[in-house]
Amino acid sequence: MNRIDNLFQNKKQDILSIYFPAGYPNLNDTVPNLELLQTAGVDMVEIGIPFSDPLADGSAIQAAAKQSLDNGMKLRLLFEQLKDARQTVSMPLILMGYWNTIYRYGVDQFLKDCKKIGIDGLIIPDLPLEEFEAHYKSDFEEYGIYNVLLACPETDEVRFQKLITATQGFLYLVSSSATTGGSVKLDEEHKAYFNRIKKIETPSLIGFGINNKESFNYACQYANGAIVGTAFIKALKKNKAKDFIKKIK
Amino acid sequence: MTFKDYFKKYPNEEGYFGEYGGSFIPPTLEEEMKRINEAYYSISKSHEFISELRSIRKHFQGRPTPVYYCNRLSEKYGGRIYLKREDLNHSGAHKLNHCMGEALLAKYMGKKKLIAETGAGQHGVALATAAAYFGLECEIHMGEVDIAKEHPNVMRMKILGATVVPVTHGLKTLKEAVDSAFQAYLKDPINTIYCIGSVVGPHPFPMMVREFQRVVGIEARDQYQEMTGELPDNIVACVGGGSNAMGIFSAFLDDKDIKLHGVEPAGRGIDKEGEHAATLTLGSPGVIHGFKCYMLQDKTGEPAPVYSVASGLDYPGVGPEHSMLKDLERAEYHHIDDNECIDAFFELSRLEGIIPALESAHAIAYAIKLAKANPKQSILVNLSGRGDKDLDFVVDTYGLPEDREA
Repeated sequence: MNRIDNLFQNKKQDILSIYFPAGYPNLNDTVPNLELLQTAGVDMVEIGIPFSDPLADGSAIQAAAKQSLDNGMKLRLLFEQLKDARQTVSMPLILMGYWNTIYRYGVDQFLKDCKKIGIDGLIIPDLPLEEFEAHYKSDFEEYGIYNVLLACPETDEVRFQKLITATQGFLYLVSSSATTGGSVKLDEEHKAYFNRIKKIETPSLIGFGINNKESFNYACQYANGAIVGTAFIKALKKNKAKDFIKKIK
Repeated sequence: MTFKDYFKKYPNEEGYFGEYGGSFIPPTLEEEMKRINEAYYSISKSHEFISELRSIRKHFQGRPTPVYYCNRLSEKYGGRIYLKREDLNHSGAHKLNHCMGEALLAKYMGKKKLIAETGAGQHGVALATAAAYFGLECEIHMGEVDIAKEHPNVMRMKILGATVVPVTHGLKTLKEAVDSAFQAYLKDPINTIYCIGSVVGPHPFPMMVREFQRVVGIEARDQYQEMTGELPDNIVACVGGGSNAMGIFSAFLDDKDIKLHGVEPAGRGIDKEGEHAATLTLGSPGVIHGFKCYMLQDKTGEPAPVYSVASGLDYPGVGPEHSMLKDLERAEYHHIDDNECIDAFFELSRLEGIIPALESAHAIAYAIKLAKANPKQSILVNLSGRGDKDLDFVVDTYGLPEDREA
């Protein structure tokens, strides 16, 4: 069974998923970061594949991706680093990256390498569902790698229903229509969106804008849990990753 | 393939030109692109919209721009060289053609603010002009390197009331400016609209910009025929993103005997990575800024560094439609380096009294080569912009021809 399904079957609420870019803050920090997060009791991790033109990311993640690229991080190297990660890391692992990196690497080879390492799912914000279904869905299925889809407050009802059915593992809910790194808003418009989320049966996590215990708890009222990216990267930078997780959990 | 129903078929409903184009964007942008696409089809085809745009083109932009025969240039190099004078379009380049269209669409959609990137500043100036005309706010993102190089255009944007946002990451040129403009747009897609500067970006931008630029080709075809009684043998235009080239190519696609030449910047040499932006010549298919196209990239899919003396041409991607036309071999793509460009810049200035933009000087340089090789043929060049913005830079960097020889 895919580890993501396993997680959502065994834990229905307060799931904490952490995002950080591979090779950040130092090139060889990827696996130590994973081990730290596992020890701290994090439920799932998304590892970012750095790309120089990340359309969905805010300035903090862009800067981190840039540093990771400058450190020399490349997809090939990331796979090399993760080669033995499964000996110590048992939580579900997701890779998040932009399509051109994967397309250029070769989709089939990429999926093959993901499977070998034990990657459970992918988040590719700029790969449209239609493109995925027309050309790549069967390849993903062949390797048992999940394609996790994103929805946002502006997503209309028809599209939202389509995403609920098409996503694999869980639905990634963007909490505000902006890039990463903003803060979750508690206004009426978002309440309506979050209430829509509350009703769905597909497992879901709220991402974008979760930066402390308060916003984490808020998100957990509506979804099965939340994803923390920018705020964790800031903590990593200050060498306070452990404290940060302790505070948010 | 036939180009008879071309404009109805390309792009298709998903925004594809063959295998290129499409819409590779996060869902936060998806809904907004859908809205723009719907608005484009419902609004821009309305009689009201068309009438207003036609009136603007005539009374505000000064269209049609003339086609001009280059007497002395042709005499010196052979061939018959004609120019479509987009340098005479209001604000000094073809860019205003799509900016007025995009801004008018923005007005109909109730948008309050226009956001865009600019390389040489031509698109930024054109959009600032359009914003002033319609009373909209305008925010232009521009790389710091280009800000230093294109000072007159920066001043023009500011005088026109636009906010110029300096972009300080990466190479601080066009690609980074696009990143930055996208970021700004994502913060408030409801009240703002991203008026992309070329036939690039996610669907529907490459289509919209082409449609608004088609006026160049439609006019030029009529004017050329009226002047000469025939059609030109060759069409030449420079290609960065490719908006001016698509504008003029579009009117001649179905004339198989007319050769279409796109000219890319070879910078300091196409054999050196990072020293050129010859995307169609040396690139490979990839996805950048929300669309699939030929792209200069490294083995890992990172966009390669690019350079050209012309700030409006140094982009690692290129319009998806050009990518398809290359594969179909309907258009040929060539390259001209910095030195050839500078020579052509002075040549056109001194032989014809027309100072071209450095971008357009690439097209002139190639037309000269073509004329030398085919002295019996006619060549219609899209002179996409005037060179006022480049004067200080050219003279400071290269000196005048007489100084260079000394």
